[in-house]
Amino acid sequence: MHTKRIIPCLDVNNGRVVKGINFVNLKDAGDPVSVAAAYDKAGADEVVFLDITASSDHRDTVVDMVRDVAANVFIPFTVGGGIRTVDDFRLLLREGADKISINSSAIDNPDLISDAALKFGSQCVVVAIDAKRNDDGTWNIYKHGGRIDCGIDAVEWAIEAEKRGAGEILLTSMDCDGTKAGYDIELTKAISSSVKIPVIASGGAGTKEHFLEALTTGGAEAALAASLFHYKELEIIDLKKYLRDNNVPIRL
Amino acid sequence: MVAVIDYDAGNLKSVMKAFSYIGEEAFLTRDYKEILKADKVVLPGVGSFYNAMSELKKYELDKAIKDVCEKGTPFLGICLGLQLLFQGSDESPGCEGLSLLNGFIHKLPEDKDLKVPNIGWNSIDLCNEGRLFKGIDDKSFVYFVHSYYLEAADESIVRATCDYGVTVHASIEKNNIFACQFHPEKSSGVGLNILKNFSEIDYAH
Repeated sequence: MHTKRIIPCLDVNNGRVVKGINFVNLKDAGDPVSVAAAYDKAGADEVVFLDITASSDHRDTVVDMVRDVAANVFIPFTVGGGIRTVDDFRLLLREGADKISINSSAIDNPDLISDAALKFGSQCVVVAIDAKRNDDGTWNIYKHGGRIDCGIDAVEWAIEAEKRGAGEILLTSMDCDGTKAGYDIELTKAISSSVKIPVIASGGAGTKEHFLEALTTGGAEAALAASLFHYKELEIIDLKKYLRDNNVPIRL
Repeated sequence: MVAVIDYDAGNLKSVMKAFSYIGEEAFLTRDYKEILKADKVVLPGVGSFYNAMSELKKYELDKAIKDVCEKGTPFLGICLGLQLLFQGSDESPGCEGLSLLNGFIHKLPEDKDLKVPNIGWNSIDLCNEGRLFKGIDDKSFVYFVHSYYLEAADESIVRATCDYGVTVHASIEKNNIFACQFHPEKSSGVGLNILKNFSEIDYAH
């Protein structure tokens, strides 16, 4: 039985997890290793680290983090944020990251997708898309943390990314992100029905029902959330039981 | 000491780290003598069938692998490391594998309602009492990342299967040769137990 995935996302600044974590008995709620290990225990299928460090020495702190996580946590993990070159890919994969997520750098230089896929395989190339709804019901993609409208249609970009060798699409709805009103199901469906590669729905999760909707109607292979899990508003184990009871194949 | 065969194939460190986590010392090598005298040998692998075979041949590791398997050293192929043990793959037509075992690697069907590559957790059906799966529950979940799958010619060597539109031979065992299509080093507690089982297997003299 192939299962759908539940993925917590951790924002990391200077090698520290920045959002508050309410795990019981966690010695250091800012330590990426402790947090990822706690999520492994809690039943997460993968973990995504999003590096938001602005300073120039960010690459070293990310590499250190990846090395530590890989030595202590044995579920797949993705690293994103500030990855621009095939060498960045090599460095992080070599230290034990399973997948690398690229966003603005893929838009600025689509060859990065194909180069990385050719060199390391599609399975480790995740193209993250930040999409925002237009008045006409289509979606445009945005870069640099959602600040710049690229004037490119999200569905077309997802197809292009797949064609270039992306192994997964991490799809964030900018309209829904942070609202807890649910994923953008129309967007998720529009993308997942246009590509064959797995789509990870992101942005807007607030309840168990939202996950169910994204993984069924939305056609997503995985659903990601951040604060919902960090602040224990939803326990992964409860979410997974609910999904299983609603006939979603899930690892329990 | 577990020798992990180094042939420039991407993510080798995860396997090393997983062994080290369960208290087994692992080292990377492409040296014939070191491989032949290791207690255990692991062939990991991510990448394409052809590239991997080329790299193995470049460093004459194909011979080292054949000799160490013949010697009786417990040997574990992971992911592409499983595929390479067989005769060939749809991925690289005309490229012969190590051919230590009979069988062929096929492309996962794309016409089914399943995504290719298969990325994610899949439950495995255990069969034929594999030593790697001692103490592991049937239908346990393990992590897969692959676009190609094994169909072993001799089904009696299969120790676990999974369903992904087709029946994937997910793990095999023949004498001292073991292999998994999935990644035990990324399969949480279940995967670590599989590696632990491997580390406890004795020489087959």
